[in-house]
Amino acid sequence: MNLTHDLIAVFGGIFGLLAVFSAIGAVLKYRISPGAPHGVIDNLNARIKAWWAMIALIGGAIWIGKWGVIGLFGFISFQSLREFVSLTHTRRGDHRALIWSFFVFLPLQYYLIAIDWYGLFSILIPVYAFLLLPISSSLGADTTRFLERAAKVQWGLMICVYCLSHVPALLTLQIAGYEGRNALLVVFLVLTVQSSDVFQYVWGKLLGKHKVSPAISPSKTVEGLVGGVLTSTAVGAALWWITPFSPLEAGLIALVINMMGFFGGFVLSAIKRDRGVKDWGAMIEGHGGMLDRVDSISFSAPIFFHIVRYWWVA
Amino acid sequence: MSLDHLIASGLCGFAKLLTGVRAVWLGSEPDARPRVYFANHRSHGDFVLIWAALPPHLRHRTRPVAGADYWLTTGLRRFLINRVFRGVTIDRRPDRHGANPIEQMGTALATGESLILFPEGTRNLNDGVQTFKSGIHHLVKAHPEAEFIPVWIENLGRVMPKGSLIPVPLLCTLTFGPALALIDGESRDAFLNRARSALLDLAPPED
Repeated sequence: MNLTHDLIAVFGGIFGLLAVFSAIGAVLKYRISPGAPHGVIDNLNARIKAWWAMIALIGGAIWIGKWGVIGLFGFISFQSLREFVSLTHTRRGDHRALIWSFFVFLPLQYYLIAIDWYGLFSILIPVYAFLLLPISSSLGADTTRFLERAAKVQWGLMICVYCLSHVPALLTLQIAGYEGRNALLVVFLVLTVQSSDVFQYVWGKLLGKHKVSPAISPSKTVEGLVGGVLTSTAVGAALWWITPFSPLEAGLIALVINMMGFFGGFVLSAIKRDRGVKDWGAMIEGHGGMLDRVDSISFSAPIFFHIVRYWWVA
Repeated sequence: MSLDHLIASGLCGFAKLLTGVRAVWLGSEPDARPRVYFANHRSHGDFVLIWAALPPHLRHRTRPVAGADYWLTTGLRRFLINRVFRGVTIDRRPDRHGANPIEQMGTALATGESLILFPEGTRNLNDGVQTFKSGIHHLVKAHPEAEFIPVWIENLGRVMPKGSLIPVPLLCTLTFGPALALIDGESRDAFLNRARSALLDLAPPED
């Protein structure tokens, strides 16, 4: 099977599902609260509408090709880093370090992926940014909460740029017998992890009783977690035909990245809770900010990348 | 649309693009009544941001109060403050001659326009909010009919701190609080302190 056929099959399936969900949303709205606002249903419909736009964007990026995917995730990183730094406390002395983060390290990281320089791409932020940014901040000559500030800038870059950039980096992997089809690895990762978020939400709303940790997230329940991760693991296994994996391998990998995705949302919730906010931003209606949508991808992408690289790249 | 209007819309658009500015109305709503929006002051862009966050029909009747010593010194600044922002330029020197600033602001309020005021007087380069100058108290005494709305500007001071040329594209949030009025028999300092804490109440928690 060739790439175009598979992409048409997968995206056709997703758009079909979205059409079904949109219809269900419209019926719920009509049956339960016609003409009047209803918190849960209106939020559900806003989320479904945003999904149409998000899936269309990813589909468009993949259709454009390598530069489309790099451009899309570069933008997602930019917006996420904006949201992250906006909510965390930095001081005037960090200004230069922030300029370096936004205008040098972020574009450079994605450029290194575009030219397929793995050796530098994999250490740019953990090594070079890690050492150079605190030097830049220290030149601001402000010692107030210095370690904390340096850590925040580094964390923002790791979560929002380094981790997320592993999604387009999947395009650079050389897998024997899978040439020219790497875009489907991006589809597999994004679809599996995002479906896990959706199914956790759905199972949580339907059966949720026991909160995983009320101190960190009021909406994450044990029922939602188990139901969501299992359902989307099944989704991942069912998608084995677009990957270089066997069905069993696809299911196991899906389980790993779904768990990582769950804890990505969990960890970033802890940060939000500490800052006293519910969402990272207000960019995507019904979802909150960009970082609210991609926190699970950020935590799962590097692990997925290295699983594939270790076992499948010759 | 006139050139002045076009430049004003362009600047607002640029400010929105750079800062993704979002207005949060807590305890007040956008309204055409004469108002004094008073805000914390960290950057020259502060009033452009308040402007950009207001609905367009209110923007054109809301005028920033600006220091003549800064804004009337060069041709470009004069053009911007007089024509584009339609600012009320006041003389901040204690030994001023000429127009009384409170009367200048009062004239604008009397014609149904609103004002943007920075009661700290100058830009604050440190954390928190400096003590308020007494001008806002003179104004509330002369115009008790105007609504005094505190506006907390979050993050703009970090986008482009003093002395830097390149802005960092952080997201800015403007929080509009409930209107404040003078209480009978309230002293000047009591009002200034109350206004200052009303503004600080809108700030996110310090860590």
